[in-house]
Amino acid sequence: MGLKQNLHNLKEKYKGTKMAPAFNALHTFLYTPNDTAHGGTHIKSADDLKRTMNTVIMALIPCLIFGMFNAGYQHYLAAGEIQAVTGGFFSGEFWTLQNFILGFWKILPLVIISYGVGLGIEFLFAVIKGHEVEEGYLVTGMLVPLIVPIDIPWWMLIVAVAFGVVIGKEVFGGTGMNILNPALTIRAFLFFAYPTWMSGDKVWVQGAVERTKEIANGSTADAISGETILGSLAQSHHVDYSVMDMFYGFIPGSVGETSTLLILLGGLFLIFTKIGSWRIMLSAVLGALVMGYIFNVVVDAGWITETSKFYGLMSTEFWHHLIIGGMAFGIVYMATDPVTGSQTNKGKWIYGFLIGFISIMIRVFNPAYPEGVMLAILLMNVFAPTIDHYVVQVNVKKRLKRGKLKTA
Amino acid sequence: MGLLSKKDSKLILDPLADDNPITIQVLGICSALAITAQLKPSIVMAVSVIFVLGAGNVVISLMRNIIPSKIRIIVQLVVVATLVIIVDQVLKAYAYSLSKELSVFIGLIITNCIIMGRFEAFALANGPWRSFLDGVGNALGYGVILIIVGFFRELLGSGTLLGFKVLGDSVEKTGLYAFGYENNGFMVLPPMALIVIGVIIWVQRSRNKDLIED
Repeated sequence: MGLKQNLHNLKEKYKGTKMAPAFNALHTFLYTPNDTAHGGTHIKSADDLKRTMNTVIMALIPCLIFGMFNAGYQHYLAAGEIQAVTGGFFSGEFWTLQNFILGFWKILPLVIISYGVGLGIEFLFAVIKGHEVEEGYLVTGMLVPLIVPIDIPWWMLIVAVAFGVVIGKEVFGGTGMNILNPALTIRAFLFFAYPTWMSGDKVWVQGAVERTKEIANGSTADAISGETILGSLAQSHHVDYSVMDMFYGFIPGSVGETSTLLILLGGLFLIFTKIGSWRIMLSAVLGALVMGYIFNVVVDAGWITETSKFYGLMSTEFWHHLIIGGMAFGIVYMATDPVTGSQTNKGKWIYGFLIGFISIMIRVFNPAYPEGVMLAILLMNVFAPTIDHYVVQVNVKKRLKRGKLKTA
Repeated sequence: MGLLSKKDSKLILDPLADDNPITIQVLGICSALAITAQLKPSIVMAVSVIFVLGAGNVVISLMRNIIPSKIRIIVQLVVVATLVIIVDQVLKAYAYSLSKELSVFIGLIITNCIIMGRFEAFALANGPWRSFLDGVGNALGYGVILIIVGFFRELLGSGTLLGFKVLGDSVEKTGLYAFGYENNGFMVLPPMALIVIGVIIWVQRSRNKDLIED
């Protein structure tokens, strides 16, 4: 009772002042307010924006925890201290305390920074603009630590989050008004601003960058490297990971995007709770498969040979594209963002399909940026309103025509 | 204001702030995005446009009563083109490397909307002295934004100002770089110039609410 009553008193005390939105937000986030209606109102569902956001966060938690274990696992594996996991997903060799502790201490600061900076800016804008704090950042704040490399310097993350929230969202009017997905804006900013920290073979495994420095000054001789599968394929290198490794997520990559299995479960959870759109997810998967298959056909027909720089990614079996890189994560958690995606049902099919299709195209043809799903989603975010507009227009025309036939 | 009457000084001062060609009229954006990755080309560009627009406005104003209105655009183009070629040749003679760096953008001053805009809107209807002030004022307004954008893009994108390593050496890791600071590669790319200009517009309009249109 104590905290709730205190918050309530504070809220009453600051009512009508500039600071009011900040206290309101804390109060309603933690508790049901005292001033809710108890009698009959006309709201049928309890799903408000906060509930929606919390559901997505719940779907993300498994990825976060897996990411912590995987961070430790990749580090010790690359350092040669442990052997590769041979058992299945629940193999005890992977789920060790040692792995978890290393990952926990590396990833927790990223989560804190992401929420601290992002919510700080949201509160600031709410106070300046005099509206209530919007909940939009709750999911973004959880997505951000999951889509950056583990060793990203903290100040870069701070700069990027500030940029993403202000330029990606607040200038357009806050949650619900943004054109681009804020989490992806943050990642895209990092990607173009600090490319050495966002790509290559050194950033995906904890400690690899520092180890490179130590080699340079001679204090150690063993390099750590952890090229992502996409990175290897883009250079037509051989990939050592088995398909099951890719599916379970025992591979280097951004913090939370490696485990396709857990992302799949998260996606099913979102579909089951009706928070995420199954149309977008399904059509994006289809789009990726179609594009991947076209590339496979091109390779099989002999138009592209091993001498081509595109050979590595083009010859990848088409369905492998879904389990390597951030494809699955992007489709399930980013493409389905209700604010930046298409709103109409037909529009969702087109929007999703093009995301999958373009992702694979960027992946293959742009070896400098082997992950295409980020750019594809941002691109389609921009086109989503256009798609919706034409879907609606087509429907309007169809109905006008039907009306004319009747009256004629 | 002893030198200029109140009305005349408005011609110079208005375009600097509340009637800025870039942030309010949104003209001349293309060159502002293209050449502001470094401070030096921004300054050279600003000076070139001040010369072209100042002199061009005077020439057009002097000729305003003898230009047949049907072919006035062509006459205007000839005047700008002549002035731009003068600038181009001077740069080639005295600052060759800079002229290489600015490459096609000096030539493209001809197509800068601000210049034709001022010819049409002001010089054709006003005397030479007032036209001169108007031309210089608008070019200054353009130049100020260019220099602000160039300042931030060079400082944050390359860690230098006019080529001086003000933040330390990024290769030797001195100064700020010793603490792990890194240049922001995004700043060097043209999209970031658009965002910087957007932020300037944002700041300007939140300081002066009259500028906000519905």
